[in-house]
Amino acid sequence: MTTLHPPPELRDRTPPDPAGTGSAGREGPRRAGRSGGGARLGRFLRRRPGLVAAVVVVVLVLTAAFVPALLAPGDPAVGDTAQRMLPPGPGHWFGTDHLGRDVWTRVVHGAALSLQATVLAVAVALVVGGLVGLAAGYAGGRLDELLMRGVDVLLAIPAILLSLALITALGFGTVKVAIAVGIAGVASFARVTRAETLRVRRSLYVEAARAVGTRRLTTLWRHVLPNAAGPVTALAVLEFGLAILAVSALSFLGYGAPPPASEWGSLVADGRNYLAVAWWICAMPGLVIAATVLSVNRISRALDGEWGRSV
Amino acid sequence: MSLPYLLRRLGLAVAVLWAAWTVSFVVLYLLPGDPVATMAAAGDGEQPSPAELDALRARYGLDQPLIVQYGTKLWAALQGDLGISFATGEPVRSAIGAALPPTLQIAGAGLLVAVTGGTAVALAATGSRHAWLRQALGAVPSLAVSLPVFWVGLMLVQLFSFRLGWLPAVGARGPGSLVLPAIALGLPTGALIAQVLAASLTRSLQSPFVTTARAKGVGEAAVLLRHALGTATLPALTVLGTVVGNLVAGSVVVETVFTRPGLGRLTVASVGVQDIPVVQGVVLFAALAFVVVNLLVDLAYPLLDPRITVSGGAR
Repeated sequence: MTTLHPPPELRDRTPPDPAGTGSAGREGPRRAGRSGGGARLGRFLRRRPGLVAAVVVVVLVLTAAFVPALLAPGDPAVGDTAQRMLPPGPGHWFGTDHLGRDVWTRVVHGAALSLQATVLAVAVALVVGGLVGLAAGYAGGRLDELLMRGVDVLLAIPAILLSLALITALGFGTVKVAIAVGIAGVASFARVTRAETLRVRRSLYVEAARAVGTRRLTTLWRHVLPNAAGPVTALAVLEFGLAILAVSALSFLGYGAPPPASEWGSLVADGRNYLAVAWWICAMPGLVIAATVLSVNRISRALDGEWGRSV
Repeated sequence: MSLPYLLRRLGLAVAVLWAAWTVSFVVLYLLPGDPVATMAAAGDGEQPSPAELDALRARYGLDQPLIVQYGTKLWAALQGDLGISFATGEPVRSAIGAALPPTLQIAGAGLLVAVTGGTAVALAATGSRHAWLRQALGAVPSLAVSLPVFWVGLMLVQLFSFRLGWLPAVGARGPGSLVLPAIALGLPTGALIAQVLAASLTRSLQSPFVTTARAKGVGEAAVLLRHALGTATLPALTVLGTVVGNLVAGSVVVETVFTRPGLGRLTVASVGVQDIPVVQGVVLFAALAFVVVNLLVDLAYPLLDPRITVSGGAR
């Protein structure tokens, strides 16, 4: 048998062994006491300066999204024309744009919309994909076959084109872009959730629950779902990075929030006309996007069993 | 390779295409939104009368029940007729056909960049004698997929066109104009290839035939290039369908950044004016590229790897 469409590497982004985060390893380490755990965390982080930097970046981005005034007290829409297109320096460390607005302030205040869209996109993908995968894996048989063929088809259409088709139908705007990106991410969640559900369904405790006469939905909710959650969470964090990229690309193309509001992607698009004379207007917002995605991916890798393997 | 197997694979490919067409139909025609109103409003700014709108709907068959529209459009699509563009009145097939050559150029160049770059990084990351180099190169793919493609494109333009003046910033004239778009387009794809290839190279370096070759005294470079790379390439071939799909889809952003004509620009323009038939045509084309490449890879696989035999009857 040869393989059909996407390779295993792409299909199952399931971590090989979620035992480290699962319920099995819960008794041993907890006995060691709190101070032991703290020391282990310190050692874990000290060996991974990249992970610490990633956490710092994510905390900064979250701060920017929720309390932007803390990082940039100025008004992102107000510029001083006397200070047009200043390169990055002490006063404006991301420089200023063609209207004299501080690029740092604009990036910080753009975080909220960009992040909202990303969170919504991941939520849509997680909920819809998770339900599809759970239903397919738990019901099995015909329904499983039908749902998974549907997922195969979604994988045959490149994500950005599927998003663009959805935007064509739904129209422009931050929320619509987010939904479009989320739907395009449904397929990978469905796959992973299904694989996990299949794994958990065969386990002894699910059989035991059934044997004592627990109803199907209760078993699904109380036993299968919590135990299938680990790898799905790791995928959700990974998907977060992909969603930031997708949302910012669509916003760059002009399908996001209309002009006065700014998102990271549209900030890069704004700077395009001044690329030859003021590179920083484009470069800085893009750099922030890249740093955020890198950090999120790093954290996803850490969640993906790195903690469990390090002892 | 048996004929039944061939027919079954062909049937599967057609089924995926039909389903992709159906998905795009559901998305584009079932979701709320009135393309005719958008189309009319985009014209001259005058508000069209309801009667005019109805006439337009009738012209594009949008007044019929959806199930009838589905049937007639699918029947037409089966005969190669993808409808006519709402925006220009041009047949969708010729619009896509006209936009295709420049996109194929950058996609081809991007594929070249991705395959050579990805292979080089994978080889160096697994074969280097220095641990620090292996580690640094191993991190390159995950860095490359984290960069927004549109931003990479703009930064390349800033550096190589505006600062150094080596290559043109925009347009599609001459082979020089192909270089920067190809790099921007090939970067995420190359990262994917590097990741998959490095993983399968590591596996094949641990296999018995490599041990045998080493025992016979074959040098490390020869082991890597002549023995390990051959078998490691095969698993990497399976991502080719995804790679080609990504290249077609990536043209949307890259052609916008570099102001080049092509399929991507056509798509962006069509999304903006809700030109549903064109968007559906592009989606179908991307799915077609994906399906055809996968079919070819599947058919070529047993020929390239003698260990795999295709069982015609089973499953």
